[in-house]
Amino acid sequence: MSTAPIFRLLDVQKAYDVDAKGGSLFSRAKRRLRALDGVRLSLAPGESLAIVGESGSGKTTLLRVLLGLTHPTDGRALFREKDIASLDGVDRDRFCREVAAIYQDARGSLNPRMSVLDLIAEPLDHHKLCTNSDRSDRVAALMSRVGLSPAMMSRYVSALSGGQLRRIAIARALASEPSVLVADEAVSGLDVSTQAQILKLLRDLQREMGLSLLFITHDLGVAAYLCDRIAVMYLGRVVEAGLTREVLKAPAHPYTRALLNASPRFFAPISDPLPGEVPSPIDLPPGCRFAGRCVRAQDDCQKSEPALTPASPTRMFACFHPLAS
Amino acid sequence: MVDIPVDTRLAARRPTRLEGLRALARSNIYFAIASIVVALFILSATFAPLVSPHPPLDQDMAAFMSPPLTENHMLGTDSFGRDLLARTIYGARYALAIGFGAVLIGALGGLIVGVAAGLSGGVTEWALMRFIDALLALPSLIMAIAFISILGQGVDKVILAVGVALIGPFSRTVRADVLQVKAQAFVEAAGLMGVKRLAIIWRHILPNVIFPLAVQATIRVSYAVLVSSGLSFLGIGVAPPTPDWGLMIAEGRSFVSFAPWIAGVPGTALAILLIALSIVGDGVREHFDPKLRKQG
Ligand SMILES: Nc1ncnc2c1ncn2[C@@H]1O[C@H](COP(=O)(O)OP(=O)(O)OP(=O)(O)O)[C@@H](O)[C@H]1O
Ligand code: SF4
Ligand SMILES: [Mg+2]
Repeated sequence: MSTAPIFRLLDVQKAYDVDAKGGSLFSRAKRRLRALDGVRLSLAPGESLAIVGESGSGKTTLLRVLLGLTHPTDGRALFREKDIASLDGVDRDRFCREVAAIYQDARGSLNPRMSVLDLIAEPLDHHKLCTNSDRSDRVAALMSRVGLSPAMMSRYVSALSGGQLRRIAIARALASEPSVLVADEAVSGLDVSTQAQILKLLRDLQREMGLSLLFITHDLGVAAYLCDRIAVMYLGRVVEAGLTREVLKAPAHPYTRALLNASPRFFAPISDPLPGEVPSPIDLPPGCRFAGRCVRAQDDCQKSEPALTPASPTRMFACFHPLAS
Repeated sequence: MVDIPVDTRLAARRPTRLEGLRALARSNIYFAIASIVVALFILSATFAPLVSPHPPLDQDMAAFMSPPLTENHMLGTDSFGRDLLARTIYGARYALAIGFGAVLIGALGGLIVGVAAGLSGGVTEWALMRFIDALLALPSLIMAIAFISILGQGVDKVILAVGVALIGPFSRTVRADVLQVKAQAFVEAAGLMGVKRLAIIWRHILPNVIFPLAVQATIRVSYAVLVSSGLSFLGIGVAPPTPDWGLMIAEGRSFVSFAPWIAGVPGTALAILLIALSIVGDGVREHFDPKLRKQG
């Protein structure tokens, strides 16, 4: 049981029908937008996985599929080997308790009419994890665990700062004693020092509690700090995956390389942004979806699409002409 | 572990609210005055038998249509020799009872219809929306007239008619609020946690809807008073000899050229109450409306 993956995505596809230009008043032309296009992933207990990619690459969509908020149009999304879409009864309860989400918009994910005490106690109450008498003790313990003074317990969301709100969101996520923490851009929009504190907190929590962590970010530095494994997404596909330090040290996929070049490093002048525009995910041309921006593109890249293939037990990428390591 | 001030929790449940209103009263002199005026109206209406110089229906055979400041009748008498001050004080009872009662009915009905419309989908939502549209198609006064003609006259009937006429506007704002709250991440987060739908509505949606509704209600009290006075003025609201302001104004209308105080006294009372109520309502809204207030 312990080594069986918690989450498994088997060639998950999520396509949206979107209105396209050129439809007449009466017959609206519909186009398929593949937000996820054949994603294969797994998350083992205690493992931390970063999902990185540019805006629009389908990171949030992937997360919503994992949380069961949207259902894949093709392929299967499994939680402990059971379809997330059709979890019920005991399995559903287990899913609700074991999987905790931290939202990108912490303020919006907290009810403004509930005090901090009630917000953090909600999962405790819901999963019946505490008695009435130790309710506020438990909340105080959680608050100190995430670095908040328990004196804040009676405050409301409107009277808290962005960093405090993230901490409350984390405390709330921890309250249900989950086995997986799923976070979407949990540190974006914070100043650097607060960001560092929250990242450190998340890393410590993950290590101490043996949590699995799925962390979405567009910041490779954050991914490197927090996660053992990384999956790089481009236009709805995982193009490279593996151990974070291996991937970042010697990227095989030209897109990972480009991302690395584009990410600002300390003491280095900000480098050029990625060349070219992200193509529209609607009606992609055949062949490799990165071909239009790829410096290594050759004729065969336009003909067929490279599949995500393992190069070593810890490394996978989808490219015909990978960078030599 | 850390010692925690648990006992402050209930006391601090919504500490900023009342304090905030007090601060508002201090900073906004009009709000302070208007609140005092409304409070005076409510007090004198509640204790009418104690503060009124005469019973409202007593006729003074020696003083028909006597102008204000005559002996015994500070604000004069009407064409039946009834004391205008007494009638105006008792009239405040009806005005306020109808105003608050109607708003209560309207807000409650609006809450039910609006929440149902906002949470249901498909045919139910469509039907409810058409129902709301129908309620909104007519101005509240016309609407109230229509209901009075079905229900008949009387204070309770007026409260009901004006209240029902207010359901339309209330339910529209409630539905908009429900749709907005429903889309918030905390509702989705509760669903993820496995909280049941009814509990989500009760714990997460209703509290976020009821508060703006209460603010709305404060604003609409003055409107309800106005509509009810309009009904009485038209002679289809409260039946005479009830000391209702609208009715009193209507009675005094024929004498307005030589005894203007008969319509003037209740008219002034009505005007003062309406202005005070709307200033209080606006102040409350300005204070609580998150769109008008900067986020802390
Ligand atoms: N409900 C929807 N209907 C139609 N298209 C959608 C929908 N949700 C997402 N998309 C599209 O799917 C693609 C991926 O979106 P997604 O939100 O997953 O990106 P992301 O990687 O999270 O980006 P960001 O970093 O900006 O948050 C985008 O092109 C987006 O426009
Ligand atoms: S397959 Fe070709 S176009 Fe695609 S990333 Fe590799 S080299 Fe570039
Ligand atoms: Mg996103």
